[in-house]
Amino acid sequence: MNELGTIVGQIIITMLSAILVENLVLSRFLGMCPFLGVTQKTSTAAGMGVAVAAVLMIVAALAWIVNVTLLVPNNLEFLQTMSYILIIAAVVQFLETVLRKFIPPLYKALGIYLPLITTNCAVLGIPLINTQRGYDFGMTLVYTLGAGLGFAMALVLFSGVRERMAKSDIPASLQGVSGALFAATLVSMSFFGFQGLFAK
Amino acid sequence: MNNIFLHFAIPALILGGLGLVLGLILAYSAKAFAVKVDERIKFVRSVLPGANCGACGQAGCEAFAEAAVEGKVKPSGCPVGGESVAKNVAAILGVELGDSVSTVARVACGGTIAVSRLKYSYDGIKSCAAAGALHNGPKACAFGCLGFGDCVSACPFDAIVIENGVARIVEEKCRSCEACVAACPKKLISMVPRGKNFVVACKSTQKGPATKKACDVGCIGCSKCVKVCPHDAITVVNNLARIDPALCQNCGECVKVCPTDAIHEIGGVLRVESKAV
Repeated sequence: MNELGTIVGQIIITMLSAILVENLVLSRFLGMCPFLGVTQKTSTAAGMGVAVAAVLMIVAALAWIVNVTLLVPNNLEFLQTMSYILIIAAVVQFLETVLRKFIPPLYKALGIYLPLITTNCAVLGIPLINTQRGYDFGMTLVYTLGAGLGFAMALVLFSGVRERMAKSDIPASLQGVSGALFAATLVSMSFFGFQGLFAK
Repeated sequence: MNNIFLHFAIPALILGGLGLVLGLILAYSAKAFAVKVDERIKFVRSVLPGANCGACGQAGCEAFAEAAVEGKVKPSGCPVGGESVAKNVAAILGVELGDSVSTVARVACGGTIAVSRLKYSYDGIKSCAAAGALHNGPKACAFGCLGFGDCVSACPFDAIVIENGVARIVEEKCRSCEACVAACPKKLISMVPRGKNFVVACKSTQKGPATKKACDVGCIGCSKCVKVCPHDAITVVNNLARIDPALCQNCGECVKVCPTDAIHEIGGVLRVESKAV
């Protein structure tokens, strides 16, 4: 019972630290491209967030399997980055085909951003972090789920900020991306308040 | 020797095998989950310029092709491609290009250099937008065509010429893309149904004497045309006559009574011009 409690506690801590303390976008500065690109409307931001989270889960699981079964036994850890990129590209392409067939509205909404996930550093970063930290399969999924949720949350939060900004009277030189970057700085700084939430 | 071979072969095999397996899955899924796309979209896309400039108002050439196939935009909707692209698109979609063009652009100003006066001499950038920003332009009439040809450069079909300082639409070439309507800073160009050839070539809402002072062929709002029109197609609002193209029957009575020649027939000879000769 006590052991189970420790595991549950560890899962919760890993999850929360992935969402808040080590937020992909706001603390690690990974995946800035969609963070600025698709956050003009909350609906697309949520769609993109969910899409990235879904891709992350699939990629992280596959990457873990490939790493443990193929790379580590053959002492080929140096191929990690390359094989992860391969997996990401294939998964995104697969997801695109499937979405187009079964959920055309989502496919239309994500449009050009879906292929962008291929080159999204967040999607590559998470499997690499998982490997670096030596997470087992369960922890990999937990941490990845937290990271994905954190990414989606950051996008939705920030899209709210930008929707509000679009209605405000902003000096001409700060309209558009420059203002968005300032806002991103403030949101990011506020997230640094979570640093030290859990004692390491 | 054997060791070195394995040293290179195993990583290559593993990465290559991984790529092969993923590639096979993708190839299978592309077939299994293929979505039927209207073939014509691909064909339309292939005849478009492919610049993805967005001048048509769509998100890009792909979006234009989709909208064209769905009938949401006209085949002539691509301003960059011009007439040749419009023809190709119309041919692919099996629609008559002429059929979709039922309207034609009209310039509502007849104030040529000979009949209108200037209030200052303009030496700036040769653009209607620039000239118009300076005290409504050099013309004494604040409503008149400035003749620098912003519409000419906007027209993808070479259907507009500047003649004697006023834009004129070459009706055979006009594909009613409305690019000129948006380009004119004086909002002089509008779309009217083809075949309604009697127009009030004036936009001046000033009172009669003021209009007359600036231009010989301005509409002075005398309402003679209103009385003579047998079809009640003409109204005068704000000292400016307007012909309702839906009611106009092309009888030409209004032209006969118009004292200033503001109303004239497209393609007909202006009385002012014939007097001048």
